[in-house]
Amino acid sequence: MRYGLGLRALRLMLRLLVLTILGFVLLPSVVVIIAAFSDRSILAFPPTGFSWRWFARALAYEDFQSGFRNGVIVMAWASSIALVIGSGVAIALHRYSFTGSRLLQAMLLAPLVVPHFTLGLGCLILAAQLGVARTMGLVVATHVVLVLPFVLRSVYVSLRNLDGRLEQAAASLGAPPGRVLWTVTLPLLAPGLAGGWLFAAILSFNEFTASLFVTAQRTQTLPVAMYNYVREYADPTMAALAAIYIAVTALLLLVANRFLGLGRVLAIDHGH
Amino acid sequence: MRGRPFLGWFVAPGVLCALGLAAAMAAVLQYAVRAHIPGSLGVGGFTLENFSGMLRPLYASVFLQTVQLCALTALFSLLAGYPLAHALVHARSAAWKSAVLVIAVTPLFLGEVVRTYSWLTVLGNSGFINGALLWLGLIDSPVQLMFTRFGVVLALVHVTLPVMVIMLAAALSHINADYLRAAMSLGAGPVRGFLTVTLPLSMPGILAGTSTAFAWTFSAFATPQMIGGGRVNMVSNLVYQLGFASFNFPFAASLSVVGLALAAAVLALLRLGTARLERLA
Repeated sequence: MRYGLGLRALRLMLRLLVLTILGFVLLPSVVVIIAAFSDRSILAFPPTGFSWRWFARALAYEDFQSGFRNGVIVMAWASSIALVIGSGVAIALHRYSFTGSRLLQAMLLAPLVVPHFTLGLGCLILAAQLGVARTMGLVVATHVVLVLPFVLRSVYVSLRNLDGRLEQAAASLGAPPGRVLWTVTLPLLAPGLAGGWLFAAILSFNEFTASLFVTAQRTQTLPVAMYNYVREYADPTMAALAAIYIAVTALLLLVANRFLGLGRVLAIDHGH
Repeated sequence: MRGRPFLGWFVAPGVLCALGLAAAMAAVLQYAVRAHIPGSLGVGGFTLENFSGMLRPLYASVFLQTVQLCALTALFSLLAGYPLAHALVHARSAAWKSAVLVIAVTPLFLGEVVRTYSWLTVLGNSGFINGALLWLGLIDSPVQLMFTRFGVVLALVHVTLPVMVIMLAAALSHINADYLRAAMSLGAGPVRGFLTVTLPLSMPGILAGTSTAFAWTFSAFATPQMIGGGRVNMVSNLVYQLGFASFNFPFAASLSVVGLALAAAVLALLRLGTARLERLA
């Protein structure tokens, strides 16, 4: 074994490097969770005592409550509307060739590369020109545009994996196109639709930059409320909310990994 | 299948959405060539003054800084992401693999504000790093990490890392393991095998990851805003400031237009350069 010792040293170094990078990824989450339990009203390290009061304050803070409510409303509407629009377009793109299909696809995928501040600014200016006030409708419309590419992609990928012979069998047995769609295509697509909706919902709930442009005081979503809080106060209330956020997200991902196989969803593993 | 049943129904909502997006982009373009009326939200006649105003050193330096920050972030994100993606794809135990995956991907779902705020608790003058260094007696007074380019890049790398890892891992997992085995059996060591087989074959993932990291960083707002604190500015911060502090929406729009063109140009150059590299290799 010519490489024996060298190889082992290399492996060890690689492992250490990976652990260091994972530490870098985890560091802010760990630090903010520690800060959340601080007993002082300014951030300080090392902490001097332990308290739950910032959690109580975060949960009772009015702007966070209304931001959470607004965020859930926007998230539910935006991802549901995007799901309907996205699956329609995905099915059309998958099945038919029609004039302008490439243009339509490029337009709907554009929000992946156009900076969100440009999109937010555009929606704001457009609303002003049309005389539309900064209502929830405007926020929902902006979010639909932003999350649509992800839904489109998710549904399109599951359509490609769908066995077309099942639809043909139903059609050859006399089912009209509407019935094929409703009883064969859509049920088979269900996992892809659910995945696309979930992804859209998470992105919408967390969307900040575009939301900052199109929300007003009354319609602000949770990320905007958090940003405004950090600008005004320096106490660990925001740390407590961040800790809750991190705990819930990590839990959701662990569950998703257990039941869905995160690797498969993200296309890192395939066909084992 | 005969005919195209329901085509109109499938496509109409999408077309409507695309038209809305096109209208929003057109609104930005149109505002970019309108005059600003100080103290009013309305706009004046057509002008190119917004674009000539951008030639002032203040704005030119922000553009330059934005491109530099994006490039640095993409580079460090690649350097940190590659080992993680490699470990993810070549993990031997399932537990290690899912641990790496969940840790690497969780930040993606936290949102920019929560992540950036968390970095404030790390980088602040009374934050974790300074607290630790003071406690260890390595420094006497806090080191300034906030409002520096170092701090901004560190947090931006953290933001783009998950996407980089996902894209690299997807590319690495598609490489046929037989190629590396063939190289090793022909006498190549692990380092040479990696440099001559794995690395070139993962080039599509590197390209996709780097350009996505670049584009994401260009789009970043909360991170440079909160950690840069007005001292490290990117185009996004200037656009927001001009819009919501000076109510100069025409100038904000023209900055977005130039920013978008600049980002597209850099990405196209990156793609061109890599294509040439691949042909040479």
